[in-house]
Amino acid sequence: MNGIHDLGGMDGFGKVEAEPAEPPFHDTWEGRALALNRLMGATGEWNIDVGRYWIETLPPAVYLNSSYYRKWTLRLERLCVARGLLTQQELDAGHATGPGRPLKKKTATPAEVDRLLVRGSYSRPATAPARFQVGARVRTKNIHPASHTRLPRFARGHVGTIERIQGCHVFPDAAVADGVERPEWLYTVTFEASELWGPDADPTVRTSIEAFEPYLEAA
Amino acid sequence: MQLRVRALETVLTEKGYVDPASLDRIVEAYETRIGPHIGAQVVARAWADPAFKQKLLEDASRAIETMGLKQKVGDHLVAVENTPTTHNMIVCTLCSCYPWDVLGLPPVWYKSTPYRSRSVKEPRTVLADFGVTLPADTTIRVWDSTAETRFIVLPMRPDGTDGWSEERLAALVTRDSMIGTGLAKTAAEANAGAGA
Repeated sequence: MNGIHDLGGMDGFGKVEAEPAEPPFHDTWEGRALALNRLMGATGEWNIDVGRYWIETLPPAVYLNSSYYRKWTLRLERLCVARGLLTQQELDAGHATGPGRPLKKKTATPAEVDRLLVRGSYSRPATAPARFQVGARVRTKNIHPASHTRLPRFARGHVGTIERIQGCHVFPDAAVADGVERPEWLYTVTFEASELWGPDADPTVRTSIEAFEPYLEAA
Repeated sequence: MQLRVRALETVLTEKGYVDPASLDRIVEAYETRIGPHIGAQVVARAWADPAFKQKLLEDASRAIETMGLKQKVGDHLVAVENTPTTHNMIVCTLCSCYPWDVLGLPPVWYKSTPYRSRSVKEPRTVLADFGVTLPADTTIRVWDSTAETRFIVLPMRPDGTDGWSEERLAALVTRDSMIGTGLAKTAAEANAGAGA
């Protein structure tokens, strides 16, 4: 979707303000929000792409005005309600009024948490050979799916070069739109700045995206 | 937000979906165990051991596995090397993808709209916000983390550090130098810090 989350190349957001000696969390609720999201994310009720999509579909003004962990909290509330894990009334009351339903995967015990925090694999066996080789010139498609995509707007319809082949990975677009794992080849595609930003662009800059094969056509 | 998150946690707990002790364990891991010191150890090893560096650049996840770190590092990590002619920078324009396993939680600025919007288009002005100025002819290579690959920058080893132990080298490696918004500390900066 052409959402507010797709920020690459936008102007007007001001300077990057780095906080010296930033703590892991600025308040205890931030840590709890993070942990709730990580634990529920491991129950198999949705995958990482679905989780992202439910942040992207926050109203744009809410997205821009919410801190990172506030967005994570709103996402988790919305997803849990949408998936029938709890009700809005229960959230409003702050208590459950009935038992939970079985989760796809049992919730992690404290002993299982360390394993859960090590990043898992998103690569899957390939069903066909990679269509593009390193060095190939490719054009990103001009697509605007209403659902989730990982092809950012700034990189649509542009010619770049395959720099790396990253293996065959879970395809986020299908994971969200169809609820299925449909692995696709993943490539690092690099663009000259002038291709993305026009003749006034800084000629010393080269930018890459990680592009799934369905985003690409031969150029 | 304190109340709102507590309400969510209470309902999820009462439903049997989460164990509060598991939540405690996750918070504790990111407060105490998982942070940029892990990445700094990896960079120091790469500086000290050319064979390891080669393996790291080929497949960072597999190379780091051989280090036997206490905190394991997961899949799809890619290390990109800074050279005198190329400087790498990592961003996630679409959300906040970040190599948590080796750097811990992303700082607020990394997830902020200014960083995510500007880095792919005008990385030099972003670097200026961090007080970093590179030679005008240095290539700036920006990596937008749009998939599950995660990137860590291998910064250039500072001059005057020949023969340093990995432990001493690791103290030069800042979090920002592994994102590409900073450089490793110089030997003089490290010595000043140690004396302070």
